[in-house]
Amino acid sequence: MNENAIPTRSISADDCAQGRLLTLNIMRYDPQVKGDSPRMVSYQLREAPGMTLFIALNEIREQQDPSLKFDFVCRAGICGSCSMVINGRPGLACRTLTAGFSEPVITLLPLPGFELIGDLSVNTGRFMRELSERIGSWIEAAPAAETIDQLEAPMEPELAEQIYELDRCIQCSCCIAACGTRLMREDFVGAVAFIQVARFRLDPRDQRSDEEWYQIIGNDQGVFGCMSLLGCEDLCPKDLPHQTQIAFLRRKMAGAI
Amino acid sequence: MDPLQSRSHFARAMPARLDMIQSVSGLILALFMWVHLLLVASILISKDAMYWVAGVMEARFLSADGHGYPWLVALFALLILVVFMVHGLLAMRKFPANWRQWQALDSHIRRMQHGDTTLWRWQAVTGFIMFFLGSAHLIIMAMDADKIGPHLSADRFISEGLWPMYLILLLSVEIHGVTGMYRLAVKWGLFDGDDPRRTRTRLKRLKIALTLFFLALGLATFAAYVKIGLEHAPQAGQRYQPGLDQSLAPGVHSPEGKHG
Ligand code: HEM
Ligand code: SF4
Ligand code: SF4
Ligand code: FES
Repeated sequence: MNENAIPTRSISADDCAQGRLLTLNIMRYDPQVKGDSPRMVSYQLREAPGMTLFIALNEIREQQDPSLKFDFVCRAGICGSCSMVINGRPGLACRTLTAGFSEPVITLLPLPGFELIGDLSVNTGRFMRELSERIGSWIEAAPAAETIDQLEAPMEPELAEQIYELDRCIQCSCCIAACGTRLMREDFVGAVAFIQVARFRLDPRDQRSDEEWYQIIGNDQGVFGCMSLLGCEDLCPKDLPHQTQIAFLRRKMAGAI
Repeated sequence: MDPLQSRSHFARAMPARLDMIQSVSGLILALFMWVHLLLVASILISKDAMYWVAGVMEARFLSADGHGYPWLVALFALLILVVFMVHGLLAMRKFPANWRQWQALDSHIRRMQHGDTTLWRWQAVTGFIMFFLGSAHLIIMAMDADKIGPHLSADRFISEGLWPMYLILLLSVEIHGVTGMYRLAVKWGLFDGDDPRRTRTRLKRLKIALTLFFLALGLATFAAYVKIGLEHAPQAGQRYQPGLDQSLAPGVHSPEGKHG
């Protein structure tokens, strides 16, 4: 046998699982169960290449604890379901690689400030719906055209681009959970509302004037309540330009009086 | 009908007005505090330099008897006190209003470890401290406007024992003011330019540099008054006689006796 050859031995299960041993500390609490109270539970699993928190959570649910509750749909950062507090900061589980953590210990909490469904699952849907109704996040168009086959006015590509940029919001609520103002004051609309207002305000099909927008967000529950903590700007998984948009709305709203 | 033309226009415009007044008053105070530090730091040049600055402030050059008009300084201190109160009261609306809000904010700050959020707490804490100590300082200055000078001011540090107040005020105002200016810039998008994110990174760096600069200058100035206060303690209450110190400041070489 060639002396330089690497000694061969049979491949064991241990060799396949060369990844780090990860510890996930997860808050467990089911408000539906009488007498249950929030507690932290540790789970351990082997890290695999390209593992996201979404994959890790599924593995735990499949192999260790089928009762673990968390949300996901798209596993690709598009649906906005899997937001949770990851080592203290809101983020998307499906877009967070475990390899990104230098320490193999990861703490997961449900998003604060929302109705808890159980464990890591919160009801952001109700919040988003109420918000939508509150700010009218739809196009408030001019009276309907005479005929249904009337052509829509063309839009400049640059403008369409700008609107699209703001439309990238996936309503994951990370900006809400990252906002100290909103956690203190539940009636504060939060950054996702500002992004939506900015989006419809930009849309030439929407007829609302700045005076009307002022009625909606020109108050201390709206843009004047924002304390410029910029958690939204720094933690929005879609990197939406919150700081510029909030500042812009603030200037416009201050100019609308 | 334009909705803002209705009777309650005044009430509706309030949030915007209050936010603007909070920002403008903060801006005035921050600019004033920077100028104020540069003026009191004249003691680092010499006693004569500070004597000269104090003289200019009370318009000594306009008065025939050379005593100037200290009421000008008193008036100015009262004006600043008004701006200060307006700003403080408006900004305190943002404080946590109850225990639950305080807890929510506090645990959020601890969890997130996010710079701009954490800084807000320091802004609130330093603002709250200043609300009491700063108004005390301004009222003292308004009442003792004629007793500002290299010796009398230093005596206030040591012989009147106010140095702890000055030290706390100094640290508070330097942290609060620069942070506030940074927040003004991001809040209104003042220097956003083509690349607002790069601007913000630069503003953060500028914020740290300015804080360090003003803290260093402030602490050096503080030390200078403490030193003079200690040396002058045996003659506490006696006014400074200009020209005894070797003067570097322009304009102090007026005829003998003019300064009284
Ligand atoms: C009376 C004592 C003071 C209190 C209680 C106070 C409190 C505050 C608070 C809580 C904020 C944040 C407001 C917000 O998040 O919307 C703030 C902002 C600010 N403060 Fe003060 N402050 C005081 C004095 C001062 C002084 C002496 C200066 C000048 C050095 C100053 C300069 C600023 C600036 C520039 C801002 C940013 C304004 C804004 O965001 O609209 N403040 N202050
Ligand atoms: S703005 Fe960003 S953080 Fe907020 S809901 Fe939309 S995507 Fe999520
Ligand atoms: S900048 Fe305003 S909206 Fe964004 S996190 Fe801060 S307070 Fe909330
Ligand atoms: S699962 Fe859809 S965003 Fe994470």
